[in-house]
Amino acid sequence: MTTKTEAKEIIKTENVNLYYGERKALHGINLNFRENEITALIGPSGCGKSTYLRCLNRMNDLIPNITITGSFTLNGHNIYGPKEDTVQLRKEVGMVFQQPNPFPFSVYDNVTFGLKLAGIKDKKTLDERVEESLKQAAIWNEVKDKLHKSALSFSGGQQQRICIARLLAIQPDVILLDEPTSALDPISSQMIEDTLLNIKDKYTIIIVTHNMSQASRISDKTAFMLNGHLMEVGDTKKMFLTPDKQETSDYLNGKFG
Amino acid sequence: MNEIKEKLLKPSKETHQDQIGHLISLVCIGFIGILVVAILFFITTKGLATFTTNHVSVIDFFAKSDWSPSQKGPNGKPEVGALAMIVTSFAVTLLSAILATPFAIAMALFMTEIAPKRGQKILQPVIELLVGIPSVVYGFIGLMVLIPMVRTVFGGTGSGILPATIVLFVMVLPTITSMSVDALKAVPRDYRSAALSLGATRWQMMYKVVLRAATPGILTAMIFGMARAFGEALAVQMVIGNAVLMPTSLTSPTATLTSQLTTQMGNTIMGTLPNNALWTLALVLLVMSLVFNVIVKLIGKRSAFKK
Ligand SMILES: Nc1ncnc2c1ncn2[C@@H]1O[C@H](COP(=O)(O)OP(=O)(O)OP(=O)(O)O)[C@@H](O)[C@H]1O
Ligand SMILES: [Mg+2]
Repeated sequence: MTTKTEAKEIIKTENVNLYYGERKALHGINLNFRENEITALIGPSGCGKSTYLRCLNRMNDLIPNITITGSFTLNGHNIYGPKEDTVQLRKEVGMVFQQPNPFPFSVYDNVTFGLKLAGIKDKKTLDERVEESLKQAAIWNEVKDKLHKSALSFSGGQQQRICIARLLAIQPDVILLDEPTSALDPISSQMIEDTLLNIKDKYTIIIVTHNMSQASRISDKTAFMLNGHLMEVGDTKKMFLTPDKQETSDYLNGKFG
Repeated sequence: MNEIKEKLLKPSKETHQDQIGHLISLVCIGFIGILVVAILFFITTKGLATFTTNHVSVIDFFAKSDWSPSQKGPNGKPEVGALAMIVTSFAVTLLSAILATPFAIAMALFMTEIAPKRGQKILQPVIELLVGIPSVVYGFIGLMVLIPMVRTVFGGTGSGILPATIVLFVMVLPTITSMSVDALKAVPRDYRSAALSLGATRWQMMYKVVLRAATPGILTAMIFGMARAFGEALAVQMVIGNAVLMPTSLTSPTATLTSQLTTQMGNTIMGTLPNNALWTLALVLLVMSLVFNVIVKLIGKRSAFKK
């Protein structure tokens, strides 16, 4: 896919190979992501979606014996460069995990966590950012009277939206979501999908999902992975209606997966 | 057919075993239960005898610090004021726990976050060794090494709260450390990746998330350390000076509840006031250990990540 368009490609990855010890988990992946688009990563379990996603904010660095080759750039600069500051990178490329993982603190302390790391102490600024982020994550109405209650006292779907708010508070450029709704009920999932659609004009979103209808509902682009290879990537509509590859069509039709 | 039916309906050998096993464990539990109740009853009645039989005023006991239950004091009555011992007991307990906790947290962080492999390999055996050393050995080192050092630096006899605190520091350190390690390990890994993915450095992750989430566990560890320090008798008795006086400084000879018990218990006759007064000290120790237990339970209830 090399169609030229106006939208800027914010993340570019080229020839990505990744080994867990001796085992190769990613095979020469070339994939770019455009600003203000939602890209869905789909593929059967174990094909390397999470592995690839974690490369983008270097969360893989925490895994021992991992080897990553290839080129990764964010806004043109190499995120695996020798002087790269991973702490700064993760503020620009944020992540939402499969299991909601709010800290066992109050909602307020969760959402202000990243801001306080950045040294912001002014109460008014913090309050404003909290309200704004919780509103963006479509959870404000449910928590506005309970900001000082533990985030763990909310339902899974609410916790996940609190986690999204916690991330939005630090205003990253890119948001990575690894199956953010797989632990949630349909209504909570729906709310998170709406949230993503609402914020997409300000962010670049990459979402791993096993839910095909979710991918088709919210994403602009879809990338299909299989056994560590990128099989196909393109506009979601086209991909779901007329995929180029037989494997893609088989997967989308539930023949395996 | 009937034979089989009869066999099935009759209680089998296994059912009998089951019942016998049940009975044996009930008997054991009953025995221990009676024992515990008896101990509590005995200490309580004996401890209260000071106030009921010997008519010592409860207020005097807790508010005065003149202790001579075997001699008549200036007002013609024996003096039974335990305040000095209570103050000293609390002082050595609090000081040693407060001193040990930062070290314990540092060691626990090292063993769980900073270098889990090396930490486990080196520090774990060290901690186990410290636990295994009998308290008389700690006391002996305190008496032979610590007291002369304190004497040289601060003058006086060298005994008192300072050497007792130092000895207890070493003794409670392993308790607080190993329980803090458990508390840190109980913090779900998810919180760590969440913190890092939000741009926290490793230190910020430990300090702002892991330690904070583990605070109830670390407080519990501290309380256990304090319970140990409060109850330690032998080692403290060897370095505290054993003079029932209100401590005037960290190096003035004094006594704790436990040290007074160990030094005096051979010198009194059952049923007399000096003996009953010691039972009252024992009762105070018992009540304090109950208080420590209650605090631990209360902290456990408010533990942060147990929903
Ligand atoms: N930390 C790890 N160490 C070793 N191998 C790993 C590790 N994480 C993942 N793998 C392996 O890499 C491959 C890709 O895993 P990955 O988690 O990226 O798949 P996935 O596409 O996200 O699957 P799922 O849809 O089930 O989440 C799998 O074969 C997995 O066993
Ligand atoms: Mg995955």
